[in-house]
Amino acid sequence: MSLLEIKNLHVEVEGKKILNGLNLTIEKGQVAAIMGPNGSGKSTLAYVLAGKDNYHVTEGEVLLNGESILDMAPDERAAKGVFLAFQYPVEVPGVATMTFLRTALNAQRKTRGEPEFSTPDFIKLVRDTSAKLGVSQEHLRRAVNVGFSGGEKKRNEILQMAILQPVLAVLDETDSGLDIDALKTVSEGVNRLRSPDRSMIVITHYQRLLDYIVPDVVHVISKGRVVKTGGKELALELEATGYAQFTEAAA
Amino acid sequence: MSKKAEIRAIKTAAEQGLAQAYAAARDTLPGKGAVAALREDAFREFDQRGLPHRRVEEWKYTDLRALMRDAVPLAGVPDAAAKARAKAAGAALAGVDCRRLVFADGAFVPELSDLTPEPGLSIGTMAEALAQGDAFVAAHVGKTFATNDVALALNTALMSDGAVIRVAAGTTLQRPIHLVFAAGSDTASAAFIRSLMVVEQGASAIVIESHDGGAMQVNTALELVAGDESKVDHFKLTQGGALHVASLMVSIGARANFTTFALTGDAALVRNQSFIRFAGEGSHGGIRGVSLLRGEDHVDNTLQIEHAVAHCDSREQFKAVLDGESRSVFQGKIVVKPHAQKTDSKMMTRALLLSDDAEAYNKPELEIFADDVVCGHGATAGALDPGLKFYLMSRGISDKESEALLIQAFIGETVEEIEHEGLREAVMNQAILWLSRRA
Repeated sequence: MSLLEIKNLHVEVEGKKILNGLNLTIEKGQVAAIMGPNGSGKSTLAYVLAGKDNYHVTEGEVLLNGESILDMAPDERAAKGVFLAFQYPVEVPGVATMTFLRTALNAQRKTRGEPEFSTPDFIKLVRDTSAKLGVSQEHLRRAVNVGFSGGEKKRNEILQMAILQPVLAVLDETDSGLDIDALKTVSEGVNRLRSPDRSMIVITHYQRLLDYIVPDVVHVISKGRVVKTGGKELALELEATGYAQFTEAAA
Repeated sequence: MSKKAEIRAIKTAAEQGLAQAYAAARDTLPGKGAVAALREDAFREFDQRGLPHRRVEEWKYTDLRALMRDAVPLAGVPDAAAKARAKAAGAALAGVDCRRLVFADGAFVPELSDLTPEPGLSIGTMAEALAQGDAFVAAHVGKTFATNDVALALNTALMSDGAVIRVAAGTTLQRPIHLVFAAGSDTASAAFIRSLMVVEQGASAIVIESHDGGAMQVNTALELVAGDESKVDHFKLTQGGALHVASLMVSIGARANFTTFALTGDAALVRNQSFIRFAGEGSHGGIRGVSLLRGEDHVDNTLQIEHAVAHCDSREQFKAVLDGESRSVFQGKIVVKPHAQKTDSKMMTRALLLSDDAEAYNKPELEIFADDVVCGHGATAGALDPGLKFYLMSRGISDKESEALLIQAFIGETVEEIEHEGLREAVMNQAILWLSRRA
């Protein structure tokens, strides 16, 4: 059975149709890149998977391990293993990163009926994980993302992913706003999390990220549906030809 | 000449009840001579003006005449059952090593109080001091801040007991003083509490009032004198099911540090009015509060801050979290007198509305008569940010827990200003307890 099956998904945002009969299947352990021009529905797909309000599914279904997740609240989806690395991670003033991580991890574990992490175990887990990602202890003490640079925010997203160990990670333009060094660090962090038990959807405009996170499959989205699927070489092809062929074809 | 404004409306049931209570208790209330005269004057003030109502600017949003339907009988002497309840009160501070002074139904209970002697500290009761015509008390009562506020006049007319605390010059108190004010029963009764605390030059003290008024109508007042070079931190924790009107009058000397923090939660109808004067140069003041409201709670924090002299700074920060059909009021008036140059004052009030039916009234005011000052104020009211909530929920944190975290963060900014670690934690834990009971 595939990990994720999206069938004929139609989504409206504020009365505007964004996804238009999208079909997509993600296999267990697969890293799928999703590429496409601005406004094609990439970020909408990410938000719909995570369960954001105001994204109205008018038709179709989304199955995770065969189970429909569309009626689940965002926290229930997270407990089932869905994780969204935000394109623009929000600042949460007054909530320390450490508190946030522990609350999230233990909330998920509680929902799944697993025991909570003890404080020493949790601290060790965070310390080891953050060291690998170059996230300092100082950042862990600070409020979530407050005063973080763009790169620090993205690293913090990957840190959360590493702590929460999702089965499906959706990386929404994780490369945006990153310089080349930060891109490498973040990509290494993501690659360390590649596993036969974890699938990833890597959303990006540019081929560059895929040099670092090499996908098993590339899907091209245009006007709210998948218009082409291929191997990693498809990304290179797009880099050369651009998206015009798809936007025209779909029009 | 008779002025039209003096033609009073027919007295309400509560006003009549209060007048009857005064008439009946006049001869047994503590104090003769000058004290009795003080009461008479105060009562006359109340009798002429009645309970404050919406046409009195300072009481515009807390129309006491309309809100107080009746006056309940004055509380009697606490019995064994009342004392047993008072013993358990003030548990919010159980984790902080304090000197507890316990009052049941407004009356001091010595056997529940920690009267262990401490050098430089004298503790007495207001009832005794008034009865004996104590000169120290006479020199201070009603003199800390001049105001003709009617609620305070009513307190002066009917004041029965309270704490009288004096911290001698140069003394640093070993422990915070915790004044525990508890309702002794579920019977509706009224208490008029009056306390005085004088912290002399160079002395340092922490005082906490915790009020659990239950079904009582409480009118409490504290006069606090912070001497030159003193350090005084005042806390007020208020809950109660009926009516609570509190006046805080503070006079701050030179080069002193004064803070006050008011936490109000699970309280049906509260008016905290603070009258604070910077009377000596070079002093710092922090005036803060957090109110947590649900149901039909009504909580009013009204400040009158007077910068009477130069070179003082004050910070005012009040937060309200409102659920249900509750209503919060913040009025903050900062008056900078003509000679109070170099005053630095910043006031901020923020309301977090968790329900469409809650109402927040924020009214910051500056009256500046000096020309070389830095003064500012701000006010906001709004709901929780849905983007933040989605972020937390997308990490697996439930709807309610996400809201609780964000609410904690909202009030945390103010609570973090509390210097004493134990008290900071106690205040935050009370807030978390309140949040945990959100439906």
